Amino acid sequence: MNEERRVPGITPSQTVGPYFAMRLPWPDGPYVVPEGTPGAITIVGRMYDGAGNIIPDGLVETWQAGPDGRFAHPDDPRGATPRGYHGFRGFGRCPTAPDGSYRIVTLKPGPLPTPDGSIEAPHLDVSVFARGLLDRVVTRMYFPDEQTANAADPVLCSITEPARRATLIAVPEPEGELRFDIWLQGERETVFFDV
Amino acid sequence: MIAEVSTTAFTGARELTLPAYERPSGVHPPLDFAGYHSTARRHPKRPLVLLPHRLTEVTGPLLGDELITPTDADLTTQHAGEPQGQRIIVAGRVLDSDGRPVPDTLIEIWQTNAAGRYRHSREHHPAPLDPNFDGIGRCITDSAGRYRFVTIQPGAYPWGNHHNAWRPAHIHFSLFGRAFTQRLVTQMYFPGDPLLPLDPIFNSVPDENARQRMIAGFDIDLTQPEWALGYTWDIVLRGRTATVFE
Repeated sequence: MNEERRVPGITPSQTVGPYFAMRLPWPDGPYVVPEGTPGAITIVGRMYDGAGNIIPDGLVETWQAGPDGRFAHPDDPRGATPRGYHGFRGFGRCPTAPDGSYRIVTLKPGPLPTPDGSIEAPHLDVSVFARGLLDRVVTRMYFPDEQTANAADPVLCSITEPARRATLIAVPEPEGELRFDIWLQGERETVFFDV
Repeated sequence: MIAEVSTTAFTGARELTLPAYERPSGVHPPLDFAGYHSTARRHPKRPLVLLPHRLTEVTGPLLGDELITPTDADLTTQHAGEPQGQRIIVAGRVLDSDGRPVPDTLIEIWQTNAAGRYRHSREHHPAPLDPNFDGIGRCITDSAGRYRFVTIQPGAYPWGNHHNAWRPAHIHFSLFGRAFTQRLVTQMYFPGDPLLPLDPIFNSVPDENARQRMIAGFDIDLTQPEWALGYTWDIVLRGRTATVFE
């Protein structure tokens, strides 16, 4: 380790502004797996501000493990996810529509081991960008059909207020989709994390 | 900077050892910044909850060449004709705060044209669009973390934040790094811009040194004779605080 090595300062965040929407999105961005993939789930939601108005110029990004709880990444020491999930890339990106809605098609992730031996319940890390956000805000989406795993999840357990914890758990829709609304501010404000 | 610590556990027969990333303070702007009015109803008011860096956070999308075409890094050759404006080269390195280069990572940029106009359906600034300029670029850093774009000098443009508000010329940069923790969206500014002291977005960054790190340097060595001005800008992402032991 070179003690003389210069330590550079971190570059600050700035807002994405209002005009990213024709730039950052990719046509297949919302598809973590191609639509129609066996076992695919659809996450839908809307983004709201502190006045309850929808946010039509936001961007949602998701990052998650595969169904086996592994990541195709060198820092997952268990090794890459075997190529068993055709077309799965773990990453989703969707701008909000004029009605504030977004939609992500993916596979449900598996539970995850942690260094201290606890188990994290299946979840997606979610980054939210928008005009008026000088830095991204980060939340997590958990699954409503994982009550036992959610009750043991160390992150959910760190949020003591039940109503606050509930903002992180998706709601099943009649058509089988999962609804995960994001409230940036206000009485229903989503829990955001210092990541 | 490198703390000689690691956290270990056994999951089945395997040891799970994960890196952790620095949590910088005083670098990024506050989410609530009165000078930038759009923050008023869009910033969370509850305190952020500490999220330990576990598997989902220390991994991240490694988006690569499948997204990139050769013309993506040259915004002046994406149409049949050349765009209007001053041709510039913007190049530099992506590093982490340990000083290590970040190789093979996706960079996305977007910007106005020379007249200060974005190509966007909600953009109403009465400046001309340029049929030969989209203002979108992508590239992947090389093995030394280097990137290079050819584009044109973006223009300043008015915005509705306050009376006679003008954004200084800037290029938006989006970076992924190697981990979810390193994701960064920022803006690169140009040296000597008289609008910088007046811009609430630039000045939302509390630390003067950190603000200066968003300003590119004019580089005569990067400048190509008879062709284009050169600007150098290095981007520094959060580094690790713990190293992985094999």
